[in-house]
Amino acid sequence: MESQKKRQAAYMKKNLLDQGYLDEQFAHLEELQDDANPNFVEEVVKSFYTDSARFIRNIEVALENGPYDFTKLDNMMYQFKGSSSSIGARRVKRQCSMFQECCNAKNIEGCRNTFQGVKQEYATLKTKLETYFQMEK
Amino acid sequence: MNLVASSSVSWKSNSNNSDRVEKNEFPAGLRVLVVDDDPTCLRILEKMLRNCHYEVTKSNRAEIALSMLRENRNGFDIVISDVHMPDMDGFKLLEHVGLEMDLPVIMMSADDSKDVVMKGVTHGACDYLIKPVRIEALKNIWQHVIRKKKHEWKDKDFEQSTIVEDGDQHQKPPEDVDYSSSANEGNWKSSKRRKEEEDETEERDDTSTLKKPRVVWSVELHQQFVQAVNQLGIDKAVPKKILELMNVPGLTRENVASHLQKYRLYLRRLSGVSQHQNGLNDSFMGHPEAAYGTMTSFSGLELQALAATGQLPAQSLATFQAAALGRSATKSAISMPLVDQRNLFSFENPKLRYPEGQQQLNNSNKQINLLHGIPTTMEPKQLADLHQSSQSFVAMNMQGNARMQQNNALLMHMSQQQQKQPSRGQMLNESSNGQVSQPPLSMPQPLSSNGIPAAILSRNGIVDNVRGPVYNPVSPASSMVDFSLNQTTELQNSFPLVSSNSGMSTLTSKRLLPEEVNSDIKGSRGFPVGYDIFEELHQQKSQDWGIQNVGSAFGASDHSGIPGTLDVSPSMLVQQGISSMKKNGQNGNSPMGGPQLNLFSGGNLLTVKAEQLPDTSYQSNLFLEQFGQDDLMSAILKQQESVFLLLICIL
Repeated sequence: MESQKKRQAAYMKKNLLDQGYLDEQFAHLEELQDDANPNFVEEVVKSFYTDSARFIRNIEVALENGPYDFTKLDNMMYQFKGSSSSIGARRVKRQCSMFQECCNAKNIEGCRNTFQGVKQEYATLKTKLETYFQMEK
Repeated sequence: MNLVASSSVSWKSNSNNSDRVEKNEFPAGLRVLVVDDDPTCLRILEKMLRNCHYEVTKSNRAEIALSMLRENRNGFDIVISDVHMPDMDGFKLLEHVGLEMDLPVIMMSADDSKDVVMKGVTHGACDYLIKPVRIEALKNIWQHVIRKKKHEWKDKDFEQSTIVEDGDQHQKPPEDVDYSSSANEGNWKSSKRRKEEEDETEERDDTSTLKKPRVVWSVELHQQFVQAVNQLGIDKAVPKKILELMNVPGLTRENVASHLQKYRLYLRRLSGVSQHQNGLNDSFMGHPEAAYGTMTSFSGLELQALAATGQLPAQSLATFQAAALGRSATKSAISMPLVDQRNLFSFENPKLRYPEGQQQLNNSNKQINLLHGIPTTMEPKQLADLHQSSQSFVAMNMQGNARMQQNNALLMHMSQQQQKQPSRGQMLNESSNGQVSQPPLSMPQPLSSNGIPAAILSRNGIVDNVRGPVYNPVSPASSMVDFSLNQTTELQNSFPLVSSNSGMSTLTSKRLLPEEVNSDIKGSRGFPVGYDIFEELHQQKSQDWGIQNVGSAFGASDHSGIPGTLDVSPSMLVQQGISSMKKNGQNGNSPMGGPQLNLFSGGNLLTVKAEQLPDTSYQSNLFLEQFGQDDLMSAILKQQESVFLLLICIL
């Protein structure tokens, strides 16, 4: 049973990596995990969810009405991107970069669209990771 | 936040040096402060650093991190900070740390654009990591600590020697160790003499070529300086005029110029630092944090020293003492070389002289004594340099032990502090408050508070290192030396020099002071522990000799205070010995009137050249921390030893 679960978890992780949801940073985090901190990765990811919720909320508010402060939007997204990259959330990170490009171009529509992309990727990743952690247990 | 326990454990198991078990852990136990506003990143970094066996303190606010650094000058070896933070720009933090504590700072960012990286370089970051950071990148950060220390050490030449020589003329070595008072002068002198006798003048010889007379900017001296500046008006204050107004014999225009520069930076910083505004202005006394600017070095130690000698104005003394206790006199302690008759650099300062480092200087009390011998004409900068170099030196000697780093930090702090610290007094207060809480060791009353800032010792790490080559010219340490002399029993507890934090591998985790020890704290704990470390380090038993000396140093004024509990064994003595080294050779005796370093009670290592230690007092202090617990003590001693050695060398 256990080994099967483990196999499934390993398989899932491989998929996540192959499909680009996660990158090697995630694997590095897993390497850090040890007996003293057996749930380190999960805890970190949970912390990421908390931070992300805040970032997303703030950006959403900033995108609602003009005038749009693109510098501020860029800064906020920069932070979220940094957070995402720290856990290896590759696709989310890519979307964040696209959003930042729209900010640089002062393209508010582009920002909105890419922001939708960010939220979607984030939601997808979150679901997959939750499944993954369940398998790992 | 740190898990001292874990780091200490790992530390021990990490030994890779064959040298001494205690010292072997380097770089394990390296005290890292990591600052990042992103909680996820912070958490990951913390785990990575822990996995590297470092002792980690994390903060998600730059202001908090800065105050932690200020409070515990000798409590950290290196700082890692994110560039983009909401409350303070990472580069600004970098500047502050560089000026006030002179610790190596590594910047991190997801932004790898050239101009940002360049900004890091121009602001003085010793490295720049691109996020996401990998553990491999963190494994070698210890090199920056060593490099910095080494660099500083080299710069410092052995001014101490020079100073010592100068000081000779002014002081007359009082046989009783009463650093705080004018006796300091005597001590210094006698220790100096001893030094010569002992023929440990090699360093002196070396330094004589370098000769840069170092001025120790004691609290008093700094006050005079500030008064002069205020009188002239900050805009019109030119070194020449300031010098005239101050009318301090032996002080050169260059001394004043460099001090003025630091003071200006300090003021600038103060105005930029909202939190610590307290009183920046002129006296250190007041503001613990803000003041940290230039005068930091006058932290508690100085105050205490000054107080002891009766020279410090009550108010400042109080602040300093408090601060000193709390904080390691790192700041000021070091800068204060032994005072010469004028008391410019009276022992009072010794406390201050402690490097800004963290806590180390808390033990300033102790340090002060040590400084006694140092000629006052040292340039503050030099002193600072000395400290730093001592630190680095010490560190270097220590074979790169982690401890060393700590010590270095201490020393560094000390030097830095010297110049900076106006608010040191306060810092000390703050820190001392914390610390004072009481170390189990009774701190001599005169010293006002507990113990000498562990700061001195805060660098526990250093102590360890010290064990080795004992002498690392730890210049500031000289001041320390003094203290050991007088009071045989006094200081024992008071030396918080050895900051519990850091280095001392065992100690740190142990927490020098039973109560106060927290992993981060390095040494802030009142005094005590310092002695222990030596004990271990040297394995000598000079015991009370050492301690006493230390005690005396701290108490400066009154040796009686120090409870003999501290059993600072040989290591302590070492420190003391350092100062008195010259003569003593082996501790044993404590007449330390002058700065004697009986460091090697056992006759070993510490035969640091006493001469150099004019400021070692501060160093000794470092080691003197008393760890409430035996094991801590020993650990600390060990660390201290190393540090001490370094200090000695510096001196």
